[in-house]
Amino acid sequence: MEKRWLSLFVENDIGVLAKISGLFSGKAYNLESLTVGMTEDETVSRMTIRLISDDETFEQIKKQLNRCVEVIKVVDFTNTPIHMKELLFVKVRKCSKGDLDELFRIAEVFGVSITDYDKESVLMECVQTESKNNALISLLSSDFQSIEVVRGGSVAIESISITER
Amino acid sequence: MEQIRGTSLLVKALQEEGVDTIFGYPGGLVTDIFDELYHHDDIKVVLPRHEQALVHEADGYARSTGKVGVCLVTGGPGAANMVTGIATAYYDSVPLVCLSGQVASSLIGDDAFQEADIVGITRNICKHGVIVNDRKNLGRILKEAFYIARTGKPGPVLVDLPKNVMVELGSDEYPDKVNIRGYKPSTKVHIGQLKKAVDLLNTSQKPIFLIGGGVNIAGAQAELTKLVELTKIPVVTTMMGKGSIDTKHPYYLGNVGMHGNYAANMAVTECDLLFSIGTRFSDRVTSKISEFARNAKIVHIDIDSAAISKNIKVDIPIVADAKEAITAMLNYVNEHETTEWLQQLLSWQAAHPLTMQSNNGLTAKKVIDHINETCQDAIVVTDVGQHQMWTIQFLELNSNMQLLTSGGMGTMGYGFPAALGAKLGNEDKTVICISGDGGMQMNIQELATAVAEELPVIICLFNNSSLGMVRQVQTLFFEKNYSSICTRRRKSCPRKCSGTSEQCPPYSPDFVALAKAYGAEGIRVTTEGEIASAFQQALENTHAPTIIEFIIDKDDLVLPMVQGGKPLYEMILEH
Ligand SMILES: Cc1ncc(C[n+]2csc(CCOP(=O)(O)OP(=O)(O)O)c2C)c(N)n1
Ligand SMILES: [Mg+2]
Repeated sequence: MEKRWLSLFVENDIGVLAKISGLFSGKAYNLESLTVGMTEDETVSRMTIRLISDDETFEQIKKQLNRCVEVIKVVDFTNTPIHMKELLFVKVRKCSKGDLDELFRIAEVFGVSITDYDKESVLMECVQTESKNNALISLLSSDFQSIEVVRGGSVAIESISITER
Repeated sequence: MEQIRGTSLLVKALQEEGVDTIFGYPGGLVTDIFDELYHHDDIKVVLPRHEQALVHEADGYARSTGKVGVCLVTGGPGAANMVTGIATAYYDSVPLVCLSGQVASSLIGDDAFQEADIVGITRNICKHGVIVNDRKNLGRILKEAFYIARTGKPGPVLVDLPKNVMVELGSDEYPDKVNIRGYKPSTKVHIGQLKKAVDLLNTSQKPIFLIGGGVNIAGAQAELTKLVELTKIPVVTTMMGKGSIDTKHPYYLGNVGMHGNYAANMAVTECDLLFSIGTRFSDRVTSKISEFARNAKIVHIDIDSAAISKNIKVDIPIVADAKEAITAMLNYVNEHETTEWLQQLLSWQAAHPLTMQSNNGLTAKKVIDHINETCQDAIVVTDVGQHQMWTIQFLELNSNMQLLTSGGMGTMGYGFPAALGAKLGNEDKTVICISGDGGMQMNIQELATAVAEELPVIICLFNNSSLGMVRQVQTLFFEKNYSSICTRRRKSCPRKCSGTSEQCPPYSPDFVALAKAYGAEGIRVTTEGEIASAFQQALENTHAPTIIEFIIDKDDLVLPMVQGGKPLYEMILEH
C-alpha cells in the first residue's frame, strides 16, 4: 500500500464530483483527499486526488476513472515533477502570554502567516506541502492545549523546472 | 430553423435513431411526451405492467436484435422502479436508453411531488447518466445517449427530462455527429500484441480458448468458429459466452465455472495457455483465483481495458473488440497439433459427463432435451435459479439460436419480461422462456402485457415448490436446514420442516388457472409422456402466451458444483 496522486481533468458539470467520489466509495477504494476547482477553461475542472492503494488497485482505479464519460484525462502525479501545496488553517486557543510569543516565533521559522489573533488565540494560515503541514500540526498539538485544524487537501500542477511536493 | 417543443425533438431523435418500438409507462411527469407519441404511428409504444419489467423487456429486445432498447417512464416511483432493470442491463453490457420524466427545473430540490434524483440513484449502475437542464442541449444529449449506449462496451444510459424542458420551444436540429472529449471508444487491435499472443498459442502444448459474452455481443460467432477450426484448439465458454460456437461442435467442451462441467473446469485448470476473449473473469467463472489456470500463461482480449488484469493477472493484455481481434487473428494462426491434449480432454469428458441425477420421472433435462430435438431456431430466455443452470448446462445452441440470461446480476424476474422483449423484436422466431416458480412470480403481471400484445411466448415454468437454488445450497452446505425456501409453506406448517408429506398445503397460486385468468393458456405437466403434446398445444396457441407448468422434484440438484472460494477443480460431482 502506497500513497498516490492523481490529477483529473473533468467536465465542469453538476454531478461529476458525485460520480468520482461515488466510484471510490462504491468500489471501496481508499480516497484520502480530493480537491476540485475551476480552470482557465470554464468548461473544465481539475481534481487533485490523494489515495492509498497497492499497484494493481491503482491501475484499476485509473482505468475506472478513464471509463467515466465525464473524465477527460487522468494524469498520474505519483512520480512526476510537480508543485503541490495545501492550505491549512490552525487556530490555537487558551494561550498564555508565553504561548503567544512562541507561536509568533514558530510562524516566522515555518514561513506561516498569522492572519488573526487576540489575547489568548492565534489563527495561523499555512500554504505548504502536505508533509510540512503535518509537521506543523504535530508540533502545535504536542506543545499547545487546544488547537483546531482545517485542511484544504492538496492541489498540484506539473513543474516547469523544479519539483516541490 | 423551425422552433419545436422538446417532446417533438425527442420523437425526431427516436426516428433518426431508427427506433420503431419503445417500452413506456406513463405518469404525471411524462404526459406531454406520451401526448406527442400519440400522434406518431411509426413508433410502437408497448405498455408493460411494471417499470422493472419494462426495462427487462427493453433489455430482451436489445439483446436479441442488437438495437438500442428504449425505455420511457415517469419520475419518482416510475424511475425508481427501473433500478433493478438498469443494474441487470449494466452488468451484462446491454445498450439501453432510459428516459425518465422529472419535475420542472424550478421545482428540483423542493421535494416536489414525485421528485427523485434518479441520476444520483443510478449513478453507479449506468454507463452514463445525465439530466437535461436546458432545452438547447436536448438534441445533443439524446444523440450522445444513443451513441454511448451502443458503442464500446455497451450499457444503459439514463436521460432525465424535466417537464419544463420538454414543453419548451427550441431548435428542431438533431445532430448527426457526436464529439465527446471524455469518451473515445476504440476497437482497433494492436497487431504487435496480437502477434505476440498468437506466438504463445503456436508454442503451447495444451491451449484452450475461454470465450465470454463479449464474443456474442460483438457478433463474432462465425469468426470464432473459423478460428477454432483453423487452429484445432478446444473451446470452453462462460455462461454468457455460451452459443458463441455451436454447442455440438467437436471442439466445444462446455461451460466453465461454478456449475461448469468436469472436463471444461479441468481443461482450464490444466491448460498451459488460456486464450480468453470477451470475458471479465467473474468470481463465478474463476472460483479460487490463486488456483485458476494455475499452470497457464493467460492472454486476455477485451473491449474494456478495466476488465483486464482486474481479477486475474494476465501475460498478454489486448484491448479490442472481439470481432476485430478474432478477424485479425485469422491472418496469423496455424493449425495446431493437439491430439494428446484432446485425448486428455475427451477422457475427462467420458469420466464425468454432464448428467441429471434424479429419482423422479420428470426432470428439467427431459424438457430441455425436447427443446433440443424440436426447436432449432428458437430464442431461449431464462430466469434465475436451478432451471437457469440446467438450461445453460443442457441446452444445445446453433447459430440460428440465442440464449438470453441475467448473468452479472442474476436477477430473478428477468426471464419472462425479457422473453417478451425478444419476441417483440423477433416476431417470426419461437421464443421460449424458462422460469422457476419463484422468479416467475416476480414479474407475473407481464402476462397482461403478453396477452395485450398477442405474444405467443412459450413459458416453461419449472415448479419445484421451492426457491430451488437456495434450497440446493442448504442441502449441500447447511445440513438441510430449509430456511425460507418452501413456496408451499403456510401458517399451519410446522416451524421446521425438511420434506414433503401428504399433508403439505397445495401450491399457491394455481399457475394454470392464473394464466387463464389473464387470458393466456395454461397446461400442467407431471409426467415425461406429456411433454411433447404440451409443446404442441403451446405452439398452436399463436396469439397468446402459454404457461407449461412442469412439476419437478425439489431434490433435483445442479451438479457439478464448486463451492464459493474453492478451486475450480474441486467439484461436487454427485450427491
Ligand atoms: C431478485 C432476486 N432475489 C433473490 C435472489 C436469490 N436467488 C437466486 S436463485 C433463487 C431461487 C429461485 O427460485 P425459482 O425461481 O423457483 O427457481 P429454481 O431455483 O427453483 O429453479 C433465489 C432466491 C435473486 N437472484 N434475485
Ligand atoms: Mg423453484
